[in-house]
Amino acid sequence: MSGNSDDYEAALKSPAPETVATFSERKGALAHLQHALHVNPALIPLFVLVVSIILFGLLLGSKFFSPFALTLILQQVQIVGIVAAAQSLVILTAGIDLSVGAIAVLSSVIMGQFTFRYGLPVEVAVAAGLIFGTLIGSVNGWLIAAMKLPPFIVTLGMWQIVLAANFLYSKNATIRSQDIEQQAPLLQFLGTTFNIGADADGRGGATFTYGVIAMVLIFAVLSYILSQTAWGRHVYAVGDDPEAAQLSGVNVKRTIISVYAVTGFICAIAGWALIGRIGSVSPTSGQLLNIESITAVVIGGISLFGGRGSIMGPLFGALIVGVFTLGLRLAGADAQWTFLLIGALIIGAVAVDQWIRKVSA
Amino acid sequence: MKKLLIGTALAAITTAGSAMADGHAISACLITKTDTNPFFVKMREGAEAAAAEAGITLRSYAGQVDGDHETQVAAIETCILDGASGILLTASDTSSIVGAVTQAREAGLLVIALDTPLNPIDAADATFATDNFLAGELIGQWAAATLGDGAASARIAMLDLAVSQPTVGVLRDQGFLQGFGIDLADPNVNGDEDDARIVGNDVTAGNEEGGRKAMENLLAVDPSVNVVYTINEPAAAGAYEALKSIGRENDVLIVSVDGGCPGVQNIADGVIGATAQQYPLQMAALGIQAIAAFAVDGTLPENTEGKDFFDTGVALVTDQPVDGVESISVEEGMALCWG
Repeated sequence: MSGNSDDYEAALKSPAPETVATFSERKGALAHLQHALHVNPALIPLFVLVVSIILFGLLLGSKFFSPFALTLILQQVQIVGIVAAAQSLVILTAGIDLSVGAIAVLSSVIMGQFTFRYGLPVEVAVAAGLIFGTLIGSVNGWLIAAMKLPPFIVTLGMWQIVLAANFLYSKNATIRSQDIEQQAPLLQFLGTTFNIGADADGRGGATFTYGVIAMVLIFAVLSYILSQTAWGRHVYAVGDDPEAAQLSGVNVKRTIISVYAVTGFICAIAGWALIGRIGSVSPTSGQLLNIESITAVVIGGISLFGGRGSIMGPLFGALIVGVFTLGLRLAGADAQWTFLLIGALIIGAVAVDQWIRKVSA
Repeated sequence: MKKLLIGTALAAITTAGSAMADGHAISACLITKTDTNPFFVKMREGAEAAAAEAGITLRSYAGQVDGDHETQVAAIETCILDGASGILLTASDTSSIVGAVTQAREAGLLVIALDTPLNPIDAADATFATDNFLAGELIGQWAAATLGDGAASARIAMLDLAVSQPTVGVLRDQGFLQGFGIDLADPNVNGDEDDARIVGNDVTAGNEEGGRKAMENLLAVDPSVNVVYTINEPAAAGAYEALKSIGRENDVLIVSVDGGCPGVQNIADGVIGATAQQYPLQMAALGIQAIAAFAVDGTLPENTEGKDFFDTGVALVTDQPVDGVESISVEEGMALCWG
């Protein structure tokens, strides 16, 4: 035995380890970056966001680099942003939710129809919309966790069911902004705007809506919950390795159901914000929210394989899309260029994710 | 002309009735882009009423969403198998559907394009539609007349339908510019005009969400916009919200096309200045009558004089009429509105 250990000592003194050492030192710088990104995956989207704002600012000058234009981007991404926060939770558990947009729209329709068709107090209608979203989310979660059906299939089906129910129930009738304003202004609450630094006529300056504030708050609260509470750690654990999580005492089933329920609840809030944003209750809006939210999540660096990613990433992801859309619009480019660049960003983001994954392998 | 057609149709209905008694029931198909849009809902109501009156069996099909081409092709194939006498079709994809339409016509069916002309327009036996160029022209003339001398220095935002520039979007957009007195360059293309009064074009997908975003984008390009053309009334409502959020809703003129009930109500409320109203119920009813006539003795519907389609009419609705542009009041518009 002792003879063997002597042999190891001898091997260490041979010249070979020195070459290995220099080799690993060269790899070390890259590995260092890889490790940094592994620990804090929101760094890349934040970097892309800052660079794109600077680039468009240089290209377009004050037209883009004004408080008005920059806060306009926030207003334009608020709905996608809120839905992306919900989508992030699901994707962290290695799931996917295709029904997010449909839940948001039907929740908004319920808020509107309960007020205008049944004459219920608007507070009750809003609560009913929020409860409805949570319920649909719970059903998704139950089918996935208890019935062991794949998330993609469950939410694909739920998307169709909720969307069809939305059109049947609403008869595709729009509730006009003017009626809402007169009879149920609470529905438009999240659309309330306030200005900072506007001129005497109330124009220009930074314009915020309560919906934008709501989006930022949702991200802040989720960020705290995911990093500081047991439930938050369980979400990551379930996404990383459900068997291991189960063995270490996490109630995987309950965690997954609660994640989809919270997702449904947040989508219903997005539906409420949608009324504020477009003024009216329109059953045809939000059709692309599922794809747009997944895009924001992926660009935001959350791994589709679950268990890894920072909740702030999708906020940056949504903002990157918003910056590209408005920036290219102001630069006079064809709208298709936006989609082309977003497509490239998605593939780039997933490629980077695969590379980062190797650090843990 | 219209009366003449209805007359023929009525004559046909009586004959059709007796044919039914002989056990040769006539059936017709209605294929719409979706069955949720109030415009198509109204269209189906019109077709059902006319079919019941004529004793025709009507089968309705619709795509799941606007742009659902495959479902429409399958519906045409079903109608051919079913032995229908004719098809009323609002195509989602106006060129790709031509193959299936040709197949139906070769099988002896009468195919009438409703609302949306096929590409080419003569791929269908007939087209019953709104004159969308005229609809645009009416609101363009109204906007120019309302601004008066201000028209020379107007700042115009163009809120169109989609990047792919579907025919209906191009006709309304170009009609508006023609009515306003702006050189069109190529009348088949949106956004190629070089008149300095145009701030820019953006797309809305024809809904509130898109309308708001497009308006915000164009306001970011130039905040002094004071005339807004919109493809339809939901887009107009969205544009209004964007203007309201920066406190400019009262000094901007919004014009639109469609004549849906919420849109007409928005004129009364001062959201939209004027809209050009179209008549889906009429389109479908006339279409069914034409199929009835064709089933009896092979009569083919004729086009409106000077046009390559049958014009089902359009009227300007506004509560601020101007000299030289014929219009109807909001009350009259409400009586005729759909959805």
